[in-house]
Amino acid sequence: MTYTKRLDGRKADELRPMEAKAGVIPNADGSAYFRAGKTTAYVAVYGPRELFPRFKQDPKKGLLRCHYGMLPFSGCGDRIRPGNSRRGQEISMVMEKALAPVIDLSAFPNAVVDVFINLPQTDAGTRCAAISGAAIALADAGIPMKDMISSVSMGQVDGTILADLNYDEEAYDGVVSDIPVAMTHNTKEVTLLQMDGEISKDDLIKALELAKAATEKVYEVQIKALKDKFTKK
Amino acid sequence: MISNKETIIKLAKEGKRLDGRPMIEYRRPIQIETNISWTAEGSARVQIGETVVMAGVKTEINKPYNDTPNEGGIMINAELLPLSSPEYESGPPGMKAIELARVTDRGIREAKAIDMKKLCIESGEKAWFIIIDIVTINDAGNLFDAAGLATLTALKAAKFPQVDPETGAIDYKHKTDESFPLLKEPLPVTVYKIGGKLLIDPTSEEEKAHEARLTVASDEKGIISAMQKGGESPLTIEETAQMIDLALDKAKFLREQMDNSLK
Repeated sequence: MTYTKRLDGRKADELRPMEAKAGVIPNADGSAYFRAGKTTAYVAVYGPRELFPRFKQDPKKGLLRCHYGMLPFSGCGDRIRPGNSRRGQEISMVMEKALAPVIDLSAFPNAVVDVFINLPQTDAGTRCAAISGAAIALADAGIPMKDMISSVSMGQVDGTILADLNYDEEAYDGVVSDIPVAMTHNTKEVTLLQMDGEISKDDLIKALELAKAATEKVYEVQIKALKDKFTKK
Repeated sequence: MISNKETIIKLAKEGKRLDGRPMIEYRRPIQIETNISWTAEGSARVQIGETVVMAGVKTEINKPYNDTPNEGGIMINAELLPLSSPEYESGPPGMKAIELARVTDRGIREAKAIDMKKLCIESGEKAWFIIIDIVTINDAGNLFDAAGLATLTALKAAKFPQVDPETGAIDYKHKTDESFPLLKEPLPVTVYKIGGKLLIDPTSEEEKAHEARLTVASDEKGIISAMQKGGESPLTIEETAQMIDLALDKAKFLREQMDNSLK
């Protein structure tokens, strides 16, 4: 059995409608709103600011710290209890690893850049929306970056490789794999790679090749958000 | 910014404000948007000037409390997200978040705004419980009024989810067209005293300069359901009366904004 027609009618390589805005949180040093389908993320960047406790400071480089959190009403099941979850902490950590390679950490020794991500509604792909939004917010904050990071979830449902799975596809009753990917724009290197489910090595490599084009579409939306903000008036 | 506490107090004494606004006027824009979260049973985003808050409503079916076997319940929680201000840190809610949640909660609860009996499904066994989470997206002052407005708007926009008739489990993905049993619509307005003068809708900087504040929640008939005095300075009874008058009057204005947004 093959999965030829997607549940929401999209083509295999078609991403959900995206929307991005930079500078949506005036209190923050940089911020962004990022939407992919029914998943939305707000991102605020604070810093570089002094890192406490002081023993964590490094005179050679700064620290990038992510704080990912689904809001209590953002899950399609029961209310989510506020506060740290193991899942949230792991996603925060992989987000840091996904974003750090393009950031010039030596530009802010002894300091920390805090990235806060909160999602008011989710329909899968939350870490990808969080990373894509965070990259916009970091650029908006003027943090030195040598490349852009764009993220999208690839996957395979009953033999068909797909871009940007939604929740119904992740939960599809069949052979499913979910592969969140983040890539640098210029060099097409992978900075986030996770995989849940079942996929052959050949198909995985195929999915990663297809991620180049998929992340490129995210990139266009990210760049437009930044241009829109900085060309205003 | 060149502003500071002394300037704000000096200006207030002359009936003036740093942003040039009249003392008893809300910032603009006031934007009220509903259904900003498909995963919530009801939700709203409220913007007053640069302050942005969201409220999201979730429902659960639980056993009623022993002392009220024929009633459901509500819970209101507030989180001051570190995303929304450099002054907020991660961790359990501090005093400011607790007060915000409790004052918002009392405005709704004490007005008996929700018909708790209608939330009962099976006496002593099953009832709807409504959980409202308020979160700050950008705290630029006056969270009480913004949170109260977002909470009521989210409650008004909310629809019960479907329930599987066989298992009794909630099907959150499918909503009914049944609204919550709202009997009254209380909204809080907070009046601040700075430099001996009264004003509303302070910015964050004005909040830091306040001597006293009074939050007054009132319904569409002008009946008061909750109050909270804050700040270091005492208030005379005359001042208190003036503050209440002002709060009742401004609640009408906020109500109009809300009703227009729900049309």
